[in-house]
Amino acid sequence: MTQSLDRLKESPSQTAGPYVHIGLTPNFCGIGGVIPSDLGTSMVNERTRGERIGLKIRVLDGTGTPLKDALVEIWQADADGLYNSPAELRGTADPDFVGWGRCPSDMETGLCVFETIKPGCVPFGDGRLMAPHISLWIVARGINIGLHTRLFFADEAKANAQDPILARIEHRVRVPTLIAERKGDAYVFDVHLQGDKETVFFDS
Amino acid sequence: MPMTADLGSNRAPETGAFFQRDRTWHPPALTPDYKTSVLRSPQKALLSFDNTLSEITGPVFGHAMLGALDNDLIHNFARPGESAIGERIIVYGRVLDERRRGVPGVLLEFWQANAGGRYRHKKDGYLAALDPNFGGCGRTITGEDGGYAFRTVKPGPYPWPNGPNDWRPSHIHFSVFGRGFAQRLITQMYFEGDPLIWHCPIVRGIPDKAAIKTLIAALDMQATVPMDARAYKFDIVLRGRRSSLFENRLEGN
Ligand SMILES: [Fe+2]
Repeated sequence: MTQSLDRLKESPSQTAGPYVHIGLTPNFCGIGGVIPSDLGTSMVNERTRGERIGLKIRVLDGTGTPLKDALVEIWQADADGLYNSPAELRGTADPDFVGWGRCPSDMETGLCVFETIKPGCVPFGDGRLMAPHISLWIVARGINIGLHTRLFFADEAKANAQDPILARIEHRVRVPTLIAERKGDAYVFDVHLQGDKETVFFDS
Repeated sequence: MPMTADLGSNRAPETGAFFQRDRTWHPPALTPDYKTSVLRSPQKALLSFDNTLSEITGPVFGHAMLGALDNDLIHNFARPGESAIGERIIVYGRVLDERRRGVPGVLLEFWQANAGGRYRHKKDGYLAALDPNFGGCGRTITGEDGGYAFRTVKPGPYPWPNGPNDWRPSHIHFSVFGRGFAQRLITQMYFEGDPLIWHCPIVRGIPDKAAIKTLIAALDMQATVPMDARAYKFDIVLRGRRSSLFENRLEGN
């Protein structure tokens, strides 16, 4: 026998289920008067610094059908590449930008729409800059543990080519699964849960 | 809302990477007995890398955003002077990390069916009646020691379309924010003594019985309020953080 490390195990994940809206976006699903407004619906105000961008995200199942009952959260740095978080020690982030957003899939189209800003670059552990990116966390009925991935921007080809996370993807044909294309006023990003175009999901 | 304060703590904020997630302890993505997982489960290997700042950081929510009834599901949707129908219970516990440290400032959001097993949601067509005084959602933020509590009614079990006769055990859904985005977690709380737990395909997606037991809240008669409400204790554990002992750091980092 040895001494015990005396650690606990993380609570096991369970699916968010079909009624995740009741807890996370009650006003969206018609439960009014409990909280004044759903969290994470508005990310920018008129003082927020940075280029305004829209994100149109869909989550598709193994048949290519968009999920109508998913929920996507995003987390990103401000225009200068600083996170609005106690663990951010490099400086003080834009006080008018929280950097976190939450959106349920539209119950008809499956679209999740975010109005945010283009993030600045954040350094990797060794000091190299990562390409501008937005972290995604996806939950839904049928997803047993929340899925983490990142959205990169097609018009940052040079930065993407040098990004240390994208560089770790062994099968290069999968890199485009993490890159959002600009279409009109928004970046469009389809998350494929399965299939040839399966998105690269993270374990980090 | 101001988001940068470290919630009244004098300690320097922790900035280490999180412990690697033990994915054998969680349900795998594909659990065929839970049919919806079949077409919604990634099949390729996950891309592994040590946390970067994008995973180590995360949003912080202040107590100021909470309303007085946010942690009282018996009253937060009820008409004035009325209350939800069902067994009155208190759910309390702590949010800890894998190092057994209480995690303060954690936003907990919870949702559940009413006492008859019916959700207030247009997709729920179960025969059981809606309770006009029950919405089924609430939230709170953990205190300095990671503690939290809320009041509700015990949710009923309900049938669901999976197998021809599958029933969910009584459960409360929890959404948990840690201090970093990599700690983000959704789970469910079950109730001590419920025989349906061991029949449920969603529960049984968790491979290890010891892991399932950590999701079963214990009846705590000592925390019960006599003649009012029974109490259940439910602790939640988030990924621990590595300390940066003897860590190599580049100049200027
Ligand atoms: Fe449920």
